Amino acid sequence: MAPNNSHSTPLLGERDIEENNSNVVQTNFFKPSKKSICILISLILAATLLVSFIYFSNNGGNTPIADQNNDDTPLCASLEKTTMVANKIVPPGVSEGVSAKSNAPLLMGVPSCIWTNKMLGWQRTSFHFQAPKNWINGPVLYKGYYHLFYQYNPKGAIWGNIVWGHAISKDLINWQHLPIAMDADQWYDINGVWTGSATILPDGQLVMLYTGSTNQSVQVQNLAFPADPNDPFLTNWVKYSGNPVLVPPPGIDDMDFRDPTTAWVTSEGKWRITIGSKINRTGLALVYDTLDFKNYELKSDVLHAVPGTGMWECVDFYPVSENHQNGLDTSENGPGVKHVMKVSLDDTRFDKYAIGTYNDANGTWIPDDYTIDVGIGLRYDYGIFYASKTFYDQEKQRRILWGWVKETDSEVADIFKGWASLMDIPRTIVLDRETGSNLVQWPVEEVEQLRKDEKVFKDVLVKPGSVVLLDISSATQLDIEAEFEIDNETLSRVEASDAPYSCSASGGAVLRGALGPFGLSVLSSKDHSEQTPVYFYITKATDGTFSTHFCSDQSRSSLANDVTKDIYGSTVPVLKGEKRTMRILVDHSIIESFAQRGRTCITSRVYPTKAIYEDAALFLFNNATNANIKASLKIWQMSSAQLHF
Amino acid sequence: MACSDTTCKNTPNYQLCVSILSKDPQSTTGDIRILGLILVDAIKSKAEETVNLINELKKTNPELMSQLNHCSVLYYAVLEADIPEAIEALTKGGPKFAENGVADAVVEAQECEMGFNGSNSPLSGANKSVREISNVAREVIRMLL
Repeated sequence: MAPNNSHSTPLLGERDIEENNSNVVQTNFFKPSKKSICILISLILAATLLVSFIYFSNNGGNTPIADQNNDDTPLCASLEKTTMVANKIVPPGVSEGVSAKSNAPLLMGVPSCIWTNKMLGWQRTSFHFQAPKNWINGPVLYKGYYHLFYQYNPKGAIWGNIVWGHAISKDLINWQHLPIAMDADQWYDINGVWTGSATILPDGQLVMLYTGSTNQSVQVQNLAFPADPNDPFLTNWVKYSGNPVLVPPPGIDDMDFRDPTTAWVTSEGKWRITIGSKINRTGLALVYDTLDFKNYELKSDVLHAVPGTGMWECVDFYPVSENHQNGLDTSENGPGVKHVMKVSLDDTRFDKYAIGTYNDANGTWIPDDYTIDVGIGLRYDYGIFYASKTFYDQEKQRRILWGWVKETDSEVADIFKGWASLMDIPRTIVLDRETGSNLVQWPVEEVEQLRKDEKVFKDVLVKPGSVVLLDISSATQLDIEAEFEIDNETLSRVEASDAPYSCSASGGAVLRGALGPFGLSVLSSKDHSEQTPVYFYITKATDGTFSTHFCSDQSRSSLANDVTKDIYGSTVPVLKGEKRTMRILVDHSIIESFAQRGRTCITSRVYPTKAIYEDAALFLFNNATNANIKASLKIWQMSSAQLHF
Repeated sequence: MACSDTTCKNTPNYQLCVSILSKDPQSTTGDIRILGLILVDAIKSKAEETVNLINELKKTNPELMSQLNHCSVLYYAVLEADIPEAIEALTKGGPKFAENGVADAVVEAQECEMGFNGSNSPLSGANKSVREISNVAREVIRMLL
């Protein structure tokens, strides 16, 4: 099992190949060793946005077009018999759809008719939550079960009335699907049962506030309860007879009033919620107090507002501890507690957060640092990750974050697949007590139960301009933990520069610098024509300070034209004495990457055409010009999760 | 409230934008959602025309059958997914999904064109129109975000 292929060039761009041919081929011999909706308060729900998908009725129902074709035939070629009659394709009045994609693919001279069933079949994930078809959304812990309610189109073919799909789990990894929790069947939600949040009252009762889109497409807030509070499955729901309980207040547009949060308790003993909105281009969060969830008092102050950020969706607001690593119930406050505010920006589809201080008396919040205020500063995740929500898991005393991860391929590919979008692996989320200035996110420990076939690679030396194949049995379902070291002598000798660097605009994995990029190339074909490098790039400024960038480069992730191939990433704090570490979860078309134990995270979607099944490989690479890298890794194959429909 | 003229000045193709909107009396309502819907309808009409053209070309230019079939599939996605999604989202108040829809229409039209490898595409004009109208629609829809 040991030594592996070494290559001196392939990671590099064409421009770089020649220069790098002079590098010595590496001969590392390393042996993988084989070991063998909330507690007193809040909870839930995730929320999130509504997305839906779509799936096509052309074949008379629920068979994706792809199912009708042979595995290896390009799907476009196999559709010769499909006659398209324009005026029949869109039946008036019934075609409705929502999907979320705004691709700007790099257009290269590759044959465009490329997708086969085999390729598309590979893209479906194995240990991430997906609905059987269509879209999903967000979660709660109630009587021992985690509940995930998601935005769902029950009719399959057409996205009409968004309703709440429902699944339950004991461990956040294996799921059992249940019947639809709430239908769009009232005038106040007939155009969609949108995002909501659950709050668990002191007596254990669960109340659900959700946004309905009315028959006039006005966004209103509605109240619902479990029909049987003793049913741990929360199978049936009752909508309150007095709905809607909140309508857009004066000065707020009818379509800018959605996604109520979980409620928390004020010092006066009332419940308080916040709802995202905007006025002109200023994003803001309205605050309401209530005693009974039926009657509300609008506070004169907003929780917070930031000019220029546009509509705030899926606002999330919760406490984090400065003193310990447990999560906090949504109503916690007092010494040693900071408050996090998160908004989902309609304009950019980024989830952004800031850490700050909450004032209970007037219901306002201010950021610790206005230069990184909410909406203009930090992101939860620098890749594809939107409309997330947290909930407090009272049993394990942790706060859990879920986000919705859309597709970045073309709609036509989604039609063939018959599904679109998924949830990320839920993450615990806490304040980074070492930096004090950011959150850290880490996949819930339960995902580790899927690990098997551990392989360890110790102290692998990766010389400048080389790549090293890692000998593992399969590369499509992985959990990877890696740490990288550069010796201090190199760091001190390297010439400093104040040239700016950014993941997205500095040439990606092929731009070589003295101290990077180096990292892992996942879902790589053996010839490297397809690969997704996840890497660090270190810069040294003239004042002697180092910055570390953490990036994921999708630009060569697929030979297909019609997929997004952006480069994502940001800086990551690396404290004195720390090695550079990353963890990567690979599950077919989704890659979730975490730097420095979760200080910076990147989720990406990739759609390779060659690097699939047994042809996918994993490489270590070092594209730095001037630094040896020593890498140590643990790599696990990941079992598939159980999703019972 | 916005008039078509001002709205169109913020799009990549003022002339095209005004020419589409001026044909529809509803554009005088000044509701940007309505302007968005008119533009989405224009994409739909152009896509339907393109599908008809593709079907004609299959009879007259059988040597291009594989490229034409490819385009059929792509325009199927435009008409079956992108347009309905844009209409739904504009109607019910989720403009970002409308943006997604029209952005994807650009992708599909580009894919269709690329299938001809840059030479003698009988659909160049149609694909270009779909792209241009979609790009105009996208900017108008973004004003709703």
